[in-house]
Amino acid sequence: MGKVLNIAPVSRIEGHAKIAIHLDDQGNVQDSFLHIQSLRGFEKFIEGRPAEEVPRIVNRICGICPWMHHLASNKAVDGAFGVTPTETGYKLREMCQVMAHINDKILHFFFLAAPDFVLGPDADYAVRNVIGVVKAAPELATQVVKMRQLGQMMLDKFAGKAIHPIAGVVGGFAKPMIEEERQELLAGTRTLLDFACFALDFAINNVFAKYLDVISDLGVIKTGFLGTVDRADGSLRLYDGKQRLMKPDGSYVDFEGKDYTQYLGEHVEPWGYSKMPYAKSWNEGFDMNLAAPKGIYRANTLARINVCDKISTPKAQAALEAFRASFGRPAQQTLLYHYARLIELVYACERTIELLEWEGITDPKVRAKVEPKAGRGVGIVEAPRGTLIHDYTTDDNGCIVKANLIVGTTHNIAPMNMSVKQAATTLIKNGVYNQGLLNQVEMAVRAYDP
Amino acid sequence: MGVTTALEWLGSCSGCEIAILNIGEALVPIITEALDIVHAPVLMDHKYFGQCGEGVTLTIPEAVVGIVTGGVSNHEHLEVLEEMRKKCKVLIALGTCATHGGIPALMNGQDRQQSWEEVYQTVTTDPGAQIPNVEVPAPLDRVYACDEKVKIDMQLPGCPPNPELIAEVIVSLLENRAPVLPGKSVCDTCPTRREGKGDVEKVKRFITNATFKPGEPIDQMRCLLEQGYLCMGPVTAAGCAKRGAPACISARVPCRGCFGPVRKDGNQLLDMMNALASNGIDYKSVVDRRSLLRFSGAHGMLRPVKKRADKED
Repeated sequence: MGKVLNIAPVSRIEGHAKIAIHLDDQGNVQDSFLHIQSLRGFEKFIEGRPAEEVPRIVNRICGICPWMHHLASNKAVDGAFGVTPTETGYKLREMCQVMAHINDKILHFFFLAAPDFVLGPDADYAVRNVIGVVKAAPELATQVVKMRQLGQMMLDKFAGKAIHPIAGVVGGFAKPMIEEERQELLAGTRTLLDFACFALDFAINNVFAKYLDVISDLGVIKTGFLGTVDRADGSLRLYDGKQRLMKPDGSYVDFEGKDYTQYLGEHVEPWGYSKMPYAKSWNEGFDMNLAAPKGIYRANTLARINVCDKISTPKAQAALEAFRASFGRPAQQTLLYHYARLIELVYACERTIELLEWEGITDPKVRAKVEPKAGRGVGIVEAPRGTLIHDYTTDDNGCIVKANLIVGTTHNIAPMNMSVKQAATTLIKNGVYNQGLLNQVEMAVRAYDP
Repeated sequence: MGVTTALEWLGSCSGCEIAILNIGEALVPIITEALDIVHAPVLMDHKYFGQCGEGVTLTIPEAVVGIVTGGVSNHEHLEVLEEMRKKCKVLIALGTCATHGGIPALMNGQDRQQSWEEVYQTVTTDPGAQIPNVEVPAPLDRVYACDEKVKIDMQLPGCPPNPELIAEVIVSLLENRAPVLPGKSVCDTCPTRREGKGDVEKVKRFITNATFKPGEPIDQMRCLLEQGYLCMGPVTAAGCAKRGAPACISARVPCRGCFGPVRKDGNQLLDMMNALASNGIDYKSVVDRRSLLRFSGAHGMLRPVKKRADKED
């Protein structure tokens, strides 16, 4: 009987998980698991609530991406009540959502992932963290802290709350933007765009180039991908569009959000609370076998960068072309999630500026007329961690009678398990393991930003 | 070296951790000089079972200050909280989940077992799925606030908590003085114009926007309760105001009580019903009254509705 290594908690991620690596008598990996440790039951305790209240309850699903839940929920309630938001209301929501992506990506790359690259995967745990980064690279770190705070406070000031927002409402937005706010947000976002371009260059030259071997190896698996693209031209979209489900060979189908149940299923294993979405429409079932996976696709940055035909903003498009020239389409290397994340950071800044430059953004008509009623609505946005689906059914009084949620991170639970197994099997041989190797196993998880 | 500090999250969403980061540039000297962080899953890689995962007992290093976010809803949360209490001299409960149960304690208002079964029976879930029970922490009977399970030395609610107040709590500890925290209600920090309740007899759902002129200062807008909206400002602890007005009010949206009751053991549902009734407003016009306890459902406040009992009114 071999032994079990319990890497708990998995750290520098945004949720609660543990990795268990089971070794056989020879000290080789027999099996491994990424256990998701908690369940809260949002789908059930929003039942009975007036639907217009739900966007300010479900944002508590995630304190890092509360805007995503807040807005997917608002879109679902719009659908259930049969309301179309005003154009300005729609664009104010999109602006907040895309701006929230900016902060999220700065946080993930620099605060959570960077310690592995700046200090090295084998550095002692006491220094391999953001505090260590501040000490090792104080100028860069100060700039990063300033930029994240700038983005976060812009959103907080305009929308009242950056964390657990309330400004999105069924039918649109709770307040219009005035010219003074528009100018201030534009100035701030232009600063963030400069920083985003710097961050991408910095990472390409100082991180990805240096760790090319690790990138081509660590946690690499072959899967399909899910993301959202523009209905007309197939370009990357975060707030709204059609869903695109790509097979590992690069072929794909597009579908409308309301039809998601025909394409996606959720598998349950007894050893983790999170469900594992899979591509039901491929009709091959669910299997995490590394050599012959079945039904497995990935979501989040790399997936979106793989499924889109192009990006509608110039700087991000140039970055996408360079990325594809190096890694092809679809790219499967797990650590490329970081690279894709920074391309999206540039897009998010450019898109925010586009929205702020739109002449109608300060129009006072921000909310359409709303009447609570019975119906069903499916609201989908691209959260930083993947395609986020809120599906609500309401009664005559406009209260929730049924809800189904597929949360961004969950799409990647099965792929993360596979990447952990791939990494652990490759790194741990004949009973030889240490902190640095085990941290590399965690790095395969961290790339997915769970 | 700074003051040793351990951070832990229980049943949390990490919004409190983001609120800590939102202290901004002032946080840099706090975490690099004033504090010596010895354990914090969100930021650093200290592990419970040794760095190679070979240990058998969950262990957190000793620290002077401990900060816990999230409520207690399963056996792992409880084990971590008890270890934090054992190892930390001063234990702080941060955020409304830790102090009053928060949104996850809405589960206390229903049958947990049945709800969990139904979570694994949704339209997209494979038929026949069961509640996972292998190598995952078993649930407790309900969601608890931290002080229901261990002694807590200081409570700072908020969903999220206000970064300025988090900094004040940390700095006051370092300076060995009591923190300066607001003790009143959200209304006491709200600059909106009050003219008397007028002819409001029922509360409106928030399906129309408040009446205000775009860009006008908040003190020119009439109180949202007086505009006829349900606003929980009167029964909610102050602390959210950042730029001269409560956070939600600054977005022209009514308060829903996310800092918990004004008095630590107050009941936001009863207090709000009293506030409405005493102003001649029909409290039955509030749809889904139990959700007024959406942030403070621990401490036995929210319980499953008894089957076959009469309606709550």
